[in-house]
Amino acid sequence: MTSLERLVLMANQIAANQMHEPDPIAATANHIHLFWDPRMKAQICEHSDALNATAAAAVLQLANG
Amino acid sequence: MTYQPQADFGTPPSRSDEMVNCTIDGIAVTVPAGTSILRAAAEQDVAIPKLCATDSVKAFGSCRLCLVEIEGRRGTPASCTTPVEAGMVISTQSPNLSNLRRNVMELYVSDHPLTCSTCGADGDCELQDQAAAVGVSASRYGDKALPLAKDSSNPYFDFDPAMCIVCSRCVRACDEVQGTLALTVQGRGWDSAISAGTASDSFLGSECVSCGACVQACPTASLIEKKVVELGVPDTSTVTTCAYCGVGCTFRAETRDGQVVRMVPEKNGKANRGHSCVKGRFAWGYAQHQERILKPMIRKSIDDPWREVEWDEAFAYTAAELKRISATHGKHALGGITSSRCTNEETFLVQKLVRAGFGNNNVDTCARVCHSPTGYGLKTTFGTSAGTQDFDSVEDCDLMLVIGANPTDGHPVFASRMKRRLREGAKLIVIDPRRIDMVHMPHIEADHHLALRPGTNVAVLTAMAHVIVTEGLANEAFVRERCDWDEYSHWADFVAQDRNSPEFLQAVTNVPAPALREAARAYATGGNSAIYYGLGVTEHSQGSSTVMAIANLAMACGMIGRRGVGVNPLRGQNNVQGACDMGSFPHELSGYRHVSDGDTRRLFEADWGVPLDPEPGLRIPNMLDAATDGVFKAIYIQGEDILQSDPNTVHVSAGLKAMECVIVHDLFLNETANYAHIFLPGSTFLEKNGTFTNAERRIQMVRKVMEPLNGLEDWEVTQRLAQEMGLNWSYAHPSEIMDEVARLTPTFAGVSFAKLDQEGSLQWPVNAAAPEGSPIMHIDGFVRGKGKFVVTDYVPTDEKTGPRFPLLLTTGRILSQYNVGAQTRRTENVVWHQEDLLEIHPVDAEDRGIKTGDWIKLASRAGETTLRATVTDRVAPGVVYTTFHHPATQANVVTTEFSDWATNCPEYKVTAVQITPSNGPTDWQEDYEALSERSRRIVHEVAAE
Repeated sequence: MTSLERLVLMANQIAANQMHEPDPIAATANHIHLFWDPRMKAQICEHSDALNATAAAAVLQLANG
Repeated sequence: MTYQPQADFGTPPSRSDEMVNCTIDGIAVTVPAGTSILRAAAEQDVAIPKLCATDSVKAFGSCRLCLVEIEGRRGTPASCTTPVEAGMVISTQSPNLSNLRRNVMELYVSDHPLTCSTCGADGDCELQDQAAAVGVSASRYGDKALPLAKDSSNPYFDFDPAMCIVCSRCVRACDEVQGTLALTVQGRGWDSAISAGTASDSFLGSECVSCGACVQACPTASLIEKKVVELGVPDTSTVTTCAYCGVGCTFRAETRDGQVVRMVPEKNGKANRGHSCVKGRFAWGYAQHQERILKPMIRKSIDDPWREVEWDEAFAYTAAELKRISATHGKHALGGITSSRCTNEETFLVQKLVRAGFGNNNVDTCARVCHSPTGYGLKTTFGTSAGTQDFDSVEDCDLMLVIGANPTDGHPVFASRMKRRLREGAKLIVIDPRRIDMVHMPHIEADHHLALRPGTNVAVLTAMAHVIVTEGLANEAFVRERCDWDEYSHWADFVAQDRNSPEFLQAVTNVPAPALREAARAYATGGNSAIYYGLGVTEHSQGSSTVMAIANLAMACGMIGRRGVGVNPLRGQNNVQGACDMGSFPHELSGYRHVSDGDTRRLFEADWGVPLDPEPGLRIPNMLDAATDGVFKAIYIQGEDILQSDPNTVHVSAGLKAMECVIVHDLFLNETANYAHIFLPGSTFLEKNGTFTNAERRIQMVRKVMEPLNGLEDWEVTQRLAQEMGLNWSYAHPSEIMDEVARLTPTFAGVSFAKLDQEGSLQWPVNAAAPEGSPIMHIDGFVRGKGKFVVTDYVPTDEKTGPRFPLLLTTGRILSQYNVGAQTRRTENVVWHQEDLLEIHPVDAEDRGIKTGDWIKLASRAGETTLRATVTDRVAPGVVYTTFHHPATQANVVTTEFSDWATNCPEYKVTAVQITPSNGPTDWQEDYEALSERSRRIVHEVAAE
């Protein structure tokens, strides 16, 4: 597994576990914001096309600040 | 401290609240009802002679030495079995009593060799002391000691039946204290003898777990530590804390002429209450093992041999390398790993070095790979990243739910207390894919064993919640008062759905629905129900969800905030809790405060005089990924062996290999050191001062017993490195580090070494609101305010079985070994566990033509290794199990990089594997062995002319 593949897996996993939150997208974005280092955030923002819908939306939200 | 034997009050204390008055030898005495006369007298320093009584076990009344006279009563009752009654007037001395005691003692002595001056226990023998006390030095009945052979089979203690007076203290200690029931009295009358109950009747071949309780209870030299015989009885003792598991046993390190003679459990230890296990009691010889590295070493390349250097050169070289890499690749190319084996003070300094010295938050700890989901899950639901109870709480527990833990192997001293409570009648639910010992052992039988399919914890717990909610068993009054009702309602609606019923989920979990329903009802209605869990909960892709599902269950049933209940994570290593408390995670400063919190950051910045990074740093697996990406170049690893302990060994080695400067600070050239450029020798827990925090949040003193063999305590090594990096640190003692922790961490505000010396130990939070600490948390309300219910939907792991890898591997540890075995492999404990073995069910073994003892290849998508098989129905069909104590096996070559969604805690407990017969090591094992041999070459310093 490459490090990018791992980030994609992680983001998808986070999203899958936030589906019952009132706002799964915001919850996923917030989790990544709180626990990922800046380089990882930058990397995932550049490769959001490999993500599931919730994770992709979360990453977009993250990228838009 | 000079040597003082521990006080022995003869019988255990009474827990009664009712007090009674009596008179003993003219002294007015008030004691709790149920207290024996023997104990009541001892508490007044009135010593009644005794032999069969000791305060770790119940009174037995066999030796007839502790006789007393009671006004108005006939005869001379045994004071150990006679409870004090109101108004009693008791005499412990009289001519009649003296005569009786002398006669009794003469009979005992007639059966015991009078070779005191050459006996290993001379000066530390209760029989010797009591004989002197009653005035007996010889027997009219001659020396009739039986010529019985000594049993020296146990590596740590001898059993000499010729020295035995058959007081049965050892048998009762094994029964009552340890709960193994390995010993018995065989024969009758003159032929009575202690037996380990096996055909060969040796301790080593018996059920004995070498906890040492029998040795401690023995009043003669019949059961005696080999070290005492070798070195002599101790002349000094120091109270300190064990450095093995998260129970955190208090020990007396007893020394003679500066050498450790034995470690004896301290009766006043609040975590262990006078008990011990084979590791803490006996397996400390690694401290002086010949393989310890005592001089710093450096090398340019991992292909070079090591070169020994002086400390000054080591610090200068290390700092220069770190500065070079920071200047070349940027400050984020550096990081560090703190250790749960090290003290709070050492851990605090390593994270401070990274944040204040390296200038980033790239610090993580080995809790990443064990209990990081506990931190996340309990903080989310309760508001505090810690268990809710003290260990004493188990005494009021009516039902234990043990999930993903194997206490008799992982936390043996606390397991003994659990077993005692279970023998008293508490109920037991075990949720584990394996039939752990607690499922079925002498006088203990689990009421419910849910042998779930690995990876389905969340489904099982949600199904239990379904039963509790749909059958109206939830404690709604508690929830309305203590929790967020809307969140509860949302959660209750979710768990009540048919798709979360035991019947629907049994296809996933392999747990029969009726059994699960019964277990759920028992938990909800069993009185005080407590959940104890371990790494079988956390080391999953849904580890954090499982922790939150546990918290949900406890809140829904009102099992929080009082004795006997609670959520109790059993921490793996001695200072997992403390390492987390000290700010070892990349997103948190000490006390679990996020680095993005400006107020907290400013507090630290003002104290440390440097700006801090507001962004989270890298976790261990992310550091390794960044290394293989070429952007993470240097790491300082204190007291951890990530190559052996972390998942997917091949990936870990690739990450380490990609770095320019790997600094290992440890006792031995561990497996990670094969990839290191700098080795800084560490000191053992016997060689330093500091504190550990155990699984019940108990902060305890670690006290120096001997000078560090390498010349420096670990905190001094980190400080010298920091100073060389330009940081203005000037701690003179670890107490000053704790003062800084207290200054910066609200939950530690009232902690100091002086207070710990005074109190013995403290359970955080210790602050103005709780100056004496907090044995039980969330009594009047949750730390976060309202308890939070979190919906924990079952999300299957990405690790799937299939035709190529049809079995599920789960890993764990064994009683005699500890984690990667760095310590225990260098002790006599290898007698019990010389290699990792693979447990496989008879059906799966038969399919593959595998027998016990066969070499097998264990292969997964990540890699393959070889080890021997043990065929056993302890594991379910389709499940295999092994330990990870031996580098020759490297079980983590096989485990994958899948991890917990919230914390990246590796999914050690679920790996799809195939097992095939094998006739030799794998290519990886052969290559690694060659690398390991090459990498451990040392060019020793030549002494100057």
